[in-house]
Order: sequence, then C-alpha cells, then structure tokens
Amino acid sequence: MHSSLLVVDWFFLLEKLIMIIAIVSVSLVIAMYETYFERKIAAYLQDRRGPNRAGPFGLLQPLADGLKLFMKEEIIPNTPNKFLFILGPCLAMLTAMMTSAVIPWGGTIDVFGRPVSLQIADINIGILFIFGVVSMGVYGIMIGGWASNNKFSLLAALRGASQVISYELPMGLSLIALLFITGSLKMSAIVGGQLDQLYNITYQPLGFLIFFICALAECNRTPFDLPEAENELNFGYHQEYSSMKLGFYLFAEYINMFISSVVMATLFFGGYDIPFVNDAALGQSIGANWLAVLEAISLIGKVAIFIFTFMWIRWTIPRFRYDQLMNLGWKGLIPLSLINMLITAAVVLWLKK
Amino acid sequence: MQSLTSRAKQVDRSPMTVVERLYLWNIFKGMWITLKHFFRKKPTIHYPEEKRPFSPVFRGLHILNRDEEGRERCTACGLCAVACPAEAITMEAAERVSGEENKYREEKYAARYEINMLRCIFCGLCEEACPKDAIYLSETFAPANYQRKGFIYGKDDLLIPHPKENPEEYQKAVGSRAKAPANA
Repeated sequence: MHSSLLVVDWFFLLEKLIMIIAIVSVSLVIAMYETYFERKIAAYLQDRRGPNRAGPFGLLQPLADGLKLFMKEEIIPNTPNKFLFILGPCLAMLTAMMTSAVIPWGGTIDVFGRPVSLQIADINIGILFIFGVVSMGVYGIMIGGWASNNKFSLLAALRGASQVISYELPMGLSLIALLFITGSLKMSAIVGGQLDQLYNITYQPLGFLIFFICALAECNRTPFDLPEAENELNFGYHQEYSSMKLGFYLFAEYINMFISSVVMATLFFGGYDIPFVNDAALGQSIGANWLAVLEAISLIGKVAIFIFTFMWIRWTIPRFRYDQLMNLGWKGLIPLSLINMLITAAVVLWLKK
Repeated sequence: MQSLTSRAKQVDRSPMTVVERLYLWNIFKGMWITLKHFFRKKPTIHYPEEKRPFSPVFRGLHILNRDEEGRERCTACGLCAVACPAEAITMEAAERVSGEENKYREEKYAARYEINMLRCIFCGLCEEACPKDAIYLSETFAPANYQRKGFIYGKDDLLIPHPKENPEEYQKAVGSRAKAPANA
C-alpha cells in the first residue's frame, strides 16, 4: 500500500514530456513562420511580393533570418547590471512559452489503451494561470529596458509596462463576463461547453471585441506598439540588444501573438471544436484519434485566421499617440467592459429564475 | 481665397460625428481597403527570371559590327571618338597586312578600341557618326562590376561574335534590331 504511493507513473511523465516538447517546438516553428507570413502579408497588402528568394516562395527565409541573427556580434552595453540585461529576453521568452501549458489542443486520444488528453496541465484555474503568466511578461520589457542603461529604452519600458498593466484590466473584466456564462475557470470545461453548441462569441460579442483589442495591446502589436515605436524611440526597449537576444524579444512577440490567438479561439470560438460538424458523431465513425487530429487542425485553422487578422490590422492602422492609448484604455474599454459585465450578470441571473 | 488648381480640397474642421469618434467603423473601412489590395494583381516584375522588354529606341551597350563574312567593319577613322560628347572612346589604328583580308574589311583597322562605360552617356552619337555602320547600340546595359577597370570595354567585349564560326551567338547578339549585314 505504502510502496504503491511512491511508484512513479513513468508513462505519465513520458506522456507529459512528449507533450511539452511537441507543443514548445510547434509554437517555435509557428512563431518562426509567423515572421515569414508577416512579411508576406505586409507585402501583399502593399501591392508587393515579399520575400521569395530563399527556397520556393521564400519559405526558407525564416531560417536565413535566424542564421543572420545568430551570426551577429553579441554586444553587451556598459550597463551596471549585465545579469539583468540577459535576464530580460529570457523572461520574455519564458513567459511567452509558459502560457501554452493550460491550453487544450484537442480531445482525448487513445495511446496503447491509455487515454491521453492533448493538454499539458488541466488545472482548474486555467484562465487565472494565463493571466498570471501574461502579466509577468511586463518584467521582460521592464528589466530589459532598464538594464539597457539608455533613456530611450527606459522610456519605452515604462510605456510598455503602463500599457500592459492598463490593458490587463479591461481584458480581465471582459473575461469575467465570459466566466459568468461558462461557470468555470477550467480551460477544458470552457471548450467542452462549446463543443457542438453555439460558440461563446454569440453570447459575448462585445466581450470578445474588448478582449481582442486588449490582446493587441498585450502583444505590443500595432496600433499599440508604443514600446517599440521605431520613429520616436529607436525601437524602444530592444534598442541595445543585438544578435539572438534581440531575436528572443522578437520571437517572444510572435509567440505571444500565437498564444493569444489560441486563447481567443479557445475562449470565444469553441477551441478545438470543428465548426458545422457534430464532433461526437464524427468521433464515432472515424475513431477518437483521427477526431483529435482533425480537432487540432481545426484549432490551428482558427488560430491562423486570428494571426492573419493581427497582421492585417498591423499593416492597416497607424500607431496611437500615448494619451490616446491611455484614454482608450481607461476611459473607453474599462467602462465598456464593466457595463458588459453588469448586463451579462443581470441576464444570467434573470435566466436562472 | 482663389485656389491655384481645381484639385485643392478644403480641410474639414467640423467636429467628429459619433461614428467617427467611435473609430471602429473607420477601422473596418480601412481594413476593407487593405484587403482589396491583398487580392490585387502585383505590378512587380521578377527581375532575373522575367525581364521588362526594352523599347525599340533603347540605347544600350555598344556593339562593334562585322560584315556578312565576319570581317570587322571598323576602320579606326576616329569619327566616333570625335563625336562622343563624353570622350569615352579611344582607339589605336593599325594597317592591315596581307593575309588578314579575311579579318578586316578595309586596309586600316582598329588595333585597340576601348569604350569607358562609366563615361559613356549612351547618347548614340557614335552610331550616327560612323560612316561604316561599324558601331551600334544594342538592347542590353552594362552589368555591374566590382572594379572600375571592369567598365572599360575592349574590343573582345564589344565585337559581335563571328557570323560564320559562331552563328548562334551571332544571332543572339544581333537581336531584333540588326543592321542589315550586307551593306555595300
């Protein structure tokens, strides 16, 4: 009896290890190709062709870019704290990768008679975990900007920190309204509630809009890319960074974009549910494993649409001024999300009666 | 105030309407415009694979012409060098010795003929000045080079390939605007 408690479930460890490696490498590859598609989409929106020299259709361009970043000289400026200077990009990368742990990437599959859920950790505070990790992303910007020992970097870091903090509020408030409906913080339960049902976007269109705007701000994407602000702050907090440290910052931004698209798809667009198809019936006919594959593809498809929208917005809308940004955040989105929350609460209470 | 052109547009300084202040609708309008551009045909020409056709009057690199038997037409008279406003052409004349009749058309020929492509302004006055139709401008331009001396084109760069010994190359070099090779 006592010895059985100490028995390590090796299969469980192996399963989680494989899941972690798979998801980390998938998000890295997706982030890599996001850079390619960013340039391609930018080009197409501007009537250009984009990178097309490295490999067929320029598909090897991210590798060439990565190689270039690796070959560049590593410069550490004369800063009082070199440790923090290196810690900045590491933190940015770490927090970007950590969020993917609680996202359900598909249904349960069957491996040698064991049910394996395509989720690293199905914790019951999934959304809170995401919020906690995302808010830690500020440290990457803050520490990097401060340790650069440079006015522009510090200014950008301050801007970035205040922006991320002020847009986290409406993001959280818009999610509270969603949680009234789902009644659970667990990611798998939120997706499960949407499987073969109406997606949450139909109940929370305003909440989704607020969440989407805040997600843009959290990822430091245009029109909220004030921390970078090439033309005012000389690339902001990554000004002093070179080589792969800069690469880490840029990479973290793209991973963040991927993860926030996944979160939006999961919370509002049914996660891995295949649209217009009865998943349960489909699972009966083709088996659970194939269903899980199709579901993962469906999730990636939804994410791709979101990523395209992110890029589409970036190449359409000019950057906000700093006071406009703060006005929108504090005077626009927070009251709006509060109203959204109150109305949702009232409707939920009224329907319960 | 009287406007100078009919295209002048009065700046609208009226306060923003509710829709404009919401900003969201205008974002959608802007995104619709960019989306239309996304599907628009791209005007780019993929340069090395696909080349823009030259106009028939394009003046490019010089070609020293041969006659139909492959003899050099140039007699080193120097009229092209005189006509050249950029002073890009230099040449050295030599006298044909017996046995060279199949190489040079007349008794005198250019032993050295150089055009500095960095000086040349591709005006085509050399072509106009030439009494022997020995030089004309083709449809190509001088390719890039790492050294300045690479832009000084000698006879081996300028001479058209031999029409008998190397007919394919000759046809390629002649292009669409060949001067009639038979010229009395």
